Amino acid sequence: MLNQNQLQPTPLAVPSAQDILNKAAQLRWEVGSNVHETVVEAIYTDAARIADRAVIYPDRPPRFNLDRTIDRLVTSRLWGFPLMILLFTVVFWLTIAGANIPSGMLATLLLDTIHPMLKAGAASIGLPWWLDGLLIDGIYMGTAWVVSVMLPPMAIFFPLFTLLEDFGYLPRVAFNLDNLFKKSGAHGKQSLSMMMGFGCNAAGVIATRIIDSPRERLIAIVTNNFALCNGRWPTQILIASLFIGALVPSYLAGLISALAVVGVALLGVLLSFGVSWALSRTLLKGEASTFSLELPPYRPPRFWQTIYTSLIDRTIYVLWRAIVFAAPAGAVIWLSANIQLGGVSIAEHLIGFLNPFGLLIGLNGVILLAYIVAIPANEIVIPTVLMLTVLVTGMHGLGAGAGVMFEAGDNETLSLLNAGGWTLLTAVNLMLFSLMHNPCSTTIYTIYKETGSAKWAAISAVLPLALGFVVTFIVAQVWRLIAGM
Amino acid sequence: MSTPNLVPPAHNCETCPVHNVGNLIKLGINMDNWDYAVALAGNPNTGKSTIFNALTGLRQHTGNWPGKTVSRAEGGFSYGGHRYKLVDLPGTYSLLSTSLDEEVARNFILFGQPDVTIIVADATRLERNLNLVLQVLEITNRAVVALNLMDEARRHGLTVDERSLARDLGVPVVPTSARSRQGIPDLLQAVSEVATGKIVCQPHRLKSEPPALKKAVAELVAQLEAAFPGLPNARWVALRLLDGDPRIVEAVERGELGELARTETGPAEANLYLPLEVANHA
Repeated sequence: MLNQNQLQPTPLAVPSAQDILNKAAQLRWEVGSNVHETVVEAIYTDAARIADRAVIYPDRPPRFNLDRTIDRLVTSRLWGFPLMILLFTVVFWLTIAGANIPSGMLATLLLDTIHPMLKAGAASIGLPWWLDGLLIDGIYMGTAWVVSVMLPPMAIFFPLFTLLEDFGYLPRVAFNLDNLFKKSGAHGKQSLSMMMGFGCNAAGVIATRIIDSPRERLIAIVTNNFALCNGRWPTQILIASLFIGALVPSYLAGLISALAVVGVALLGVLLSFGVSWALSRTLLKGEASTFSLELPPYRPPRFWQTIYTSLIDRTIYVLWRAIVFAAPAGAVIWLSANIQLGGVSIAEHLIGFLNPFGLLIGLNGVILLAYIVAIPANEIVIPTVLMLTVLVTGMHGLGAGAGVMFEAGDNETLSLLNAGGWTLLTAVNLMLFSLMHNPCSTTIYTIYKETGSAKWAAISAVLPLALGFVVTFIVAQVWRLIAGM
Repeated sequence: MSTPNLVPPAHNCETCPVHNVGNLIKLGINMDNWDYAVALAGNPNTGKSTIFNALTGLRQHTGNWPGKTVSRAEGGFSYGGHRYKLVDLPGTYSLLSTSLDEEVARNFILFGQPDVTIIVADATRLERNLNLVLQVLEITNRAVVALNLMDEARRHGLTVDERSLARDLGVPVVPTSARSRQGIPDLLQAVSEVATGKIVCQPHRLKSEPPALKKAVAELVAQLEAAFPGLPNARWVALRLLDGDPRIVEAVERGELGELARTETGPAEANLYLPLEVANHA
């Protein structure tokens, strides 16, 4: 058949694009509709033949297959979820228990030692008070606080998490969750993009590209925010160890705090299911599509390399991001605390304005203002909260003046927050609100770029925030009802 | 005739400082004035990003799970006096379906026209990986197969005959264990020889289609080649047109294929007289 073609004289005119497409359309009738299957079959046949010639298999399969055995355990219906919870609890327990001491040491060094030295130095060269305040009390303190509170837990958490990832555990988690996602009308691969979201939501949103169907991809994008990101883990860990851990005897504190953090993370996973379910029955109706998920072999993690890259790529990266945003935020906070309108500082005006609504949902004006300041980066919520609390409670004896990001070890932090009117309810609702609020501005922008739609970017921002308001409101009302009885 | 060094030497060579990996200069994100563009394609989780990092010195996130890389990452390296731009593509099982990450991979190989495509294959799952290898070989004439994860294959007691594989595929096949940097020097050598045209590949093309399809493909290929002389992968384009692939239909309409044809006058042309040794390794 080929020969006939070659024998034909060259056509007078070069075929145009339309000629070719017409020809293709016509030929498609002749070859039938199963070209795809035919080609795939031809490929598979050739691949099987070539592989068969090249690969020599071992004489008899090994009697004990470690990978299979582990898989049977970690993906079993009975043990899959308990093991998952256990593993993550251990990771957080190690993080919380291990971070305490280095955190304290860093705070002593950066806040109790270097800060007074800087102040003394500034005084000796006669720096004007406002410049000294802006630079040292605002920018330096903001940065130092972020470093001392966030560096130790991150330096423990990220390497542990990366080791799990390098070992090959994450796809098993995805495997366990896949069925639930499917029942929610979402794509099973959403469990993978959610895993990415546990590191960074912006990365998680980009990772949804592995999902082919636009409907399911949108669901994955909107719900990615319910995976706690790097910037929110420190908030969860700190608040849990301050308030939840304090409820039990000290030998249990670490464990209970870890369980509280795991609980919030799991709640986030449940919310992903719930919101996916709701979306796929309202705005994004449709059937879930199927896919195959490959469980890669377990690989012994390259220990030192993993430690190195997780420290450089994750810990330092997140820390740097926090510092980049915390430094200007520190300056803004200092300014808003020191510029007065009608005898009251701007910050106090804002807090006073937000406070009634904050209290209604079991939070307070300080927390709400902190979340507004922290839109660029969740990492600075806690430093901002502490600084604003100092301002409101007027505990100027502890800080060095209005607008100083507060220097505090854990216990001082606790007493400060208590003085700011915090209760266990405030702590619980803060943990919930940290899970359910708008994503950071980077993530919102990424959603806009990925979907090309301002509408979906807005929905992704507003939906979790609304959910957060509703949930914290209900918790606060029920809590007060029970407490009042 | 001398035989190019396609079969890896014994491992103790690689620990020797004289070994040619000394030629490699990792350029990181510096990709100015590159001479050759090299793409990294392959199934998910076969170690593309690990090879990418080993060659460029960058730290693209690697992780033991499929779907880690969703967009393409680029980096540079210099080897044997030439500068290369290396593009890490998302892992994909197939070039025939339509999710965004698979399309990124396919479009780059087809429309980006890399000078060499490194197809990373998992030696422990060779048959399934070959499905993609064969699809890539349908599209491009210049490829090197990195038979990666050889350490794992050995651990499972598998033996892979890379010579038989190279003969059947018609392109160089280099066994590697990228995690421990084994085989990287040989991979570089093979890539540079394909890029400079020292090795001319005769890639495997599908043979087992039914006659009716063969005839239809031949007719379309004739038209495509008349319209776009020098089109490197007319056969594959014809197959996709017969399958009604909208992206390819669009490429024909918009004349993107014409651009493909024009750029296909790479350095390989100069050295056509050098036969592909792997193909003669009977």
